[in-house]
Amino acid sequence: MAVSVDEAVSAGPAPDHPSPARRVRRRGRGRSVLEVVLLTALAVVMLFPVLWMIETSIKENRDVYAVPAEFFGFTVTLDHFRDVFVGADGGRSALSVAFLNSVVVAGVSTVLATVLGVPAAWAYSRFTLKAKKDQLFFVLSTRFMPPVVVVVPIFLMYRQAGLIDTKLGLILIYAAFNVPFTIWMMKGFVDEVPAEYEDAAMLDGYSRLQAFWKFTLPLLVPGIAATAVFALIFSWNEFVFAIFLTSSDEVRTAPPAIAGLIGGTTVDWGLVAAASVVFALPVLVFAYLVRRHLVAGVTLGAVRR
Amino acid sequence: MGTVAVQGLCKSFGKVRALDGVTLDVPDGAFFVVLGPSGAGKTTTLRAIAGLDKLDAGSVHLDGRDATADAPAVRDLAMVFQNYALYPRHTAYENIASPLRARRRPAGEIAAAVERMSGLLHIERLLHRRPAQLSGGEMQRVALARALVRSPRAFLMDEPLTNLDLKLRVEMRTELTRIHRSLGATFVYVTNDQVEALSMADQVAVLREGTVQQVGTPTEVYERPANQWVAGFVGSPPISLLACHAEGDRLVGEAGWTLPRPRWATAADGQALRLGLRAEDLSVEQRGDASLPGELYGLEPLGDRTVVDVRVGTEILKVKARPTVTGTPGERLRVTVDLDRAHLFDAGTGLSLSAAGR
Repeated sequence: MAVSVDEAVSAGPAPDHPSPARRVRRRGRGRSVLEVVLLTALAVVMLFPVLWMIETSIKENRDVYAVPAEFFGFTVTLDHFRDVFVGADGGRSALSVAFLNSVVVAGVSTVLATVLGVPAAWAYSRFTLKAKKDQLFFVLSTRFMPPVVVVVPIFLMYRQAGLIDTKLGLILIYAAFNVPFTIWMMKGFVDEVPAEYEDAAMLDGYSRLQAFWKFTLPLLVPGIAATAVFALIFSWNEFVFAIFLTSSDEVRTAPPAIAGLIGGTTVDWGLVAAASVVFALPVLVFAYLVRRHLVAGVTLGAVRR
Repeated sequence: MGTVAVQGLCKSFGKVRALDGVTLDVPDGAFFVVLGPSGAGKTTTLRAIAGLDKLDAGSVHLDGRDATADAPAVRDLAMVFQNYALYPRHTAYENIASPLRARRRPAGEIAAAVERMSGLLHIERLLHRRPAQLSGGEMQRVALARALVRSPRAFLMDEPLTNLDLKLRVEMRTELTRIHRSLGATFVYVTNDQVEALSMADQVAVLREGTVQQVGTPTEVYERPANQWVAGFVGSPPISLLACHAEGDRLVGEAGWTLPRPRWATAADGQALRLGLRAEDLSVEQRGDASLPGELYGLEPLGDRTVVDVRVGTEILKVKARPTVTGTPGERLRVTVDLDRAHLFDAGTGLSLSAAGR
């Protein structure tokens, strides 16, 4: 189909015969015309809410409610962003505490999942274990259920264990959700590193763990970065557990805190939008930093080197 | 000292029996070659000696001491891997220094040892490079240097020359033999290349499907193969095998030919046999009493010689001839047989009937 479109695009009188290289390039460009059209349409649909969020976050309140809506020419203000971090009394706002909580919870749970998951992935990759495939399937199966299915039993368990409304509680549950993911994704990366490096290191005189630590682990760093970013994004965005398992402003993470802004008699949409922008930024930055590794992680095993 | 002895090694991978009771005795200072086709269990044997894989059964003794349960690090062995397994993030220098670093040798000693090794293997100019910047032959030398930099109990080599091109392989063969002689150390060398085995080894162990077929000097393995399979595996072109049986003082081929029965052939009359004839023990140019009728099937000129394929009945005989030999396919001819150098095998068990008798 793409080819026929190409021909349609490049049809018509060709004044000079393009060289083969140019023809290839033109064909590539012809295909990208179709791609650009489709991607633009997709981008508009996908990005409109984001654009609207950003616009709302820098509009004054009266402009937010203006009908018809103004896309350009409104007065730009950064008041909402100030309100995200500074409370009405001039101290720290509840939202800024929530952001800090999110950083702590997402960060610690990711570190925990990585520290547990990477050695496990190495073990699953390197050792002969009884019923290895079944074990791996079991590990994966813990991810089959959406959080909302297990949140009630976990709520009951947490109440018994005294973990309700604690950051530790969120850290543990996020780590528990991220460990299976880390194991699966990291196993793919470990499989790619030849086991002979460790064999050679052991014959050099290193123990098995030293061999892993000194020779395999450094090769896994890109994979670990990609995996950790995925885990971080999950923990950062997680909403269901956060809203069920925490209640106080001191413990709440950002997603339920932002959601909590909506639902009063009046909703400060400017503040909601500004908080959302602040919330979305770290994920975008991280994803940008490790974008190459993210793609490598997603397409792992798709191409045999 | 550096003796390696393995006893009754067994190892299965799933349903596949990689090793089925392998017993080998490597004397101190030997160049011991483990020869076999791929899948024979050669590498598994080597990894068992190194302690890299857990065994199902059997024991490994190093210098007479039971080392079966020892970790690889304390076995005091060095290994060259088939794909070299050079650490990709480390320079050649660091790769070579690694065994000494692992053993916490002083920096001065490490530098001196690496320098000595790089001189020996002519890789001084490569020391700052990483493996990705080295050619196959260079990587092979660095891997060799990493093994040789210490003086371990024994050196284990897993097809170290397989990934090199032919010219380099021949060069390295000579070089390895030279190194072995100058070090006087024990080498356990795994290969599927019988030329390597015959040219380098003091002793050859022939492995097939996880069992030892024969252990002996290269000459013994070549001249007196223990069974039909060893005879067929060792030697190029491969030995020709003709179905036959004994009748009184004659050997009668299934294709109808007859040959005088060799004195050493102890087979009972009528027992199904295979007559094994090596290409160099056959001739299409000489006249002799013992000869087989056949027709020319094809010519394989190899430069220094020509291999003549002769069809006898339904079987093909490979005959070594001078490079000037000519002929047209279908031409009738007689192949003279040097019966003193022939082999007889029991067709049922494959065991040699001549190995013991001569």
